[in-house]
Amino acid sequence: MSYAANLAMTLPELVLGVGAIVLMLVSAWGGPGSTRLVSWASVAILAGAGIALTGPAGNGGPAFDGLYRADAFAAFSKVLIYIATAIAILMAPGFFQRTSGDDLRPEYPVLMLLSAAGMGMMVSATDMLTLYVGLELQSLAAYVLASFMRRDARSAEAGLKYFVLGALASGILLYGISLVYGFSGTTLFDGIAAAYAGQRSMGLLFGLVFVFAGIAFKISAVPFHMWTPDVYEGAPTPVTAFFASAPKVAAMGLAVRVAIEAMGPATDQWRQIVIFAALASIVLGAVAAIGQTNIKRLLAYSSINNVGFALIGLAAGTPAGVAGVMTYMTIYIAMTLGSFLVVLQMRDEDGQPVETIASLSGMSRTRPALAAAMAMFMFSLAGIPPLFGFYAKFAVFDAAVAAGLFPLAAVGIAASTIGAYYYLRVVKTMYFDEPVTAFPRFEGEVLQGGLIAVAAVFISPLGYFAIPLLGGWAMAAAQALF
Amino acid sequence: MIGLVHYLVVSAILFTMGVLGIFVNRKNLIVILMAIELILLAVNLNLVAFSAYLHDLVGQVFAMFVLTVAAGEAAIGLAILVIYFRGRGTISVDDVNRMKG
Repeated sequence: MSYAANLAMTLPELVLGVGAIVLMLVSAWGGPGSTRLVSWASVAILAGAGIALTGPAGNGGPAFDGLYRADAFAAFSKVLIYIATAIAILMAPGFFQRTSGDDLRPEYPVLMLLSAAGMGMMVSATDMLTLYVGLELQSLAAYVLASFMRRDARSAEAGLKYFVLGALASGILLYGISLVYGFSGTTLFDGIAAAYAGQRSMGLLFGLVFVFAGIAFKISAVPFHMWTPDVYEGAPTPVTAFFASAPKVAAMGLAVRVAIEAMGPATDQWRQIVIFAALASIVLGAVAAIGQTNIKRLLAYSSINNVGFALIGLAAGTPAGVAGVMTYMTIYIAMTLGSFLVVLQMRDEDGQPVETIASLSGMSRTRPALAAAMAMFMFSLAGIPPLFGFYAKFAVFDAAVAAGLFPLAAVGIAASTIGAYYYLRVVKTMYFDEPVTAFPRFEGEVLQGGLIAVAAVFISPLGYFAIPLLGGWAMAAAQALF
Repeated sequence: MIGLVHYLVVSAILFTMGVLGIFVNRKNLIVILMAIELILLAVNLNLVAFSAYLHDLVGQVFAMFVLTVAAGEAAIGLAILVIYFRGRGTISVDDVNRMKG
């Protein structure tokens, strides 16, 4: 294959990378005044990368001698990643302006673009080296974003914690990769799968455990979840919304690809790890969330909980299970981005963010539309029919039952009722508690209101009309891996 | 004769020391950055040892990538540490407690 044909397969990453560099120069020349231009240009570049997926980059097969693969699975994940990144860029300027008094610096969208390029490489990687470089590109940009509000002590602390634990996770993952390389003799996923299909040495199993531990850190699955609540609380809210959506999809895509493509023959071995992580995440995410008073911490535990449900689909290890994971992540990012957009509306008269759950009291009377949207997101996250979040859970449990994992499905369903408690507590606070001061409205937030409405419509029962389409795409994505 | 196993044992010891350095150390955030470097060095040693043992160059190429990324990672870590120190005036691990957890 010619070099140009290889490059054409990686067109989305090229668009994002070159675009980020050009916008970096624009922001260096334009200074803080260019934020608006750079933000919209970033969204346009993300859209361009999405359009590039319609060409060979969408379904072209392996490129660069098997280091990279453009298939339906990668394309599906990339569409989710680009949408989530674009929304995280669009929700930021107003927040930073109100909170810190001066305009958002234009580096913010540029870092988002670099992170999105890294995430694209993560979901397309079919070699441990590509995987590592993509993961680090995503992570390094994310560390900077977490500490983006430099004068805020909590933001700096969040960045520090994220950096230390993220670097530790990368180290553990790398150690696993080095063992897998040593005992299989290759870093290509195909070669690794061949090694796992043969006589499995102790070194290969150790490598598998380390690799899964590193990935569990990145998707914040229990027992490697401890950074999540602190980082989500400390990081600026738009950045938290970003962390909870796009990198989650990318890391989950990476987990699925490594599990199925590289370690597929060792399914029985990793299934134990995935089942444990799934159940522990669901239970701990639900129980630990009960005592929280900060809405961002609550949503952090909610994300741990949701990752557990998505992992149930992976534990099935079948095409239906992988399709369930992708369906789950699609619906999950709509719910979580919607929730964070509502959290952005929580602020006092000066525009400073308010983060206590108690401040939501009586919002149904002061901001009825916002309260209704938030109630829908909470019901949907709890998986209560007829909202779309129910279908997400149904898809993964269906796959788990079809794969014969009855105990896993039973325990998962039982534990999801614990989770419903704290989601419903938020709804109760909004609808039945006495109103406190209303959150003021600010000018120029039509876009955010529109995004909340779109997310609410998508997770409403109307979302069920999307099932044939969504299910077809998710199944096509899953089939690409088997 | 120093064989593959010797390298793997040294690498495993370095890796364990690095992980312990992050969790046991209660004094100083710079030490944590050093512990992270130690983990990455352990990985590099592993990769190069396997590469020589297998007569396969990929391990050494991988080690080069790890070195490069580690440099970038250290730069970003130090930058975050500087803004943290500006805000708080300390880099003691016990003081990283503005948020519980």
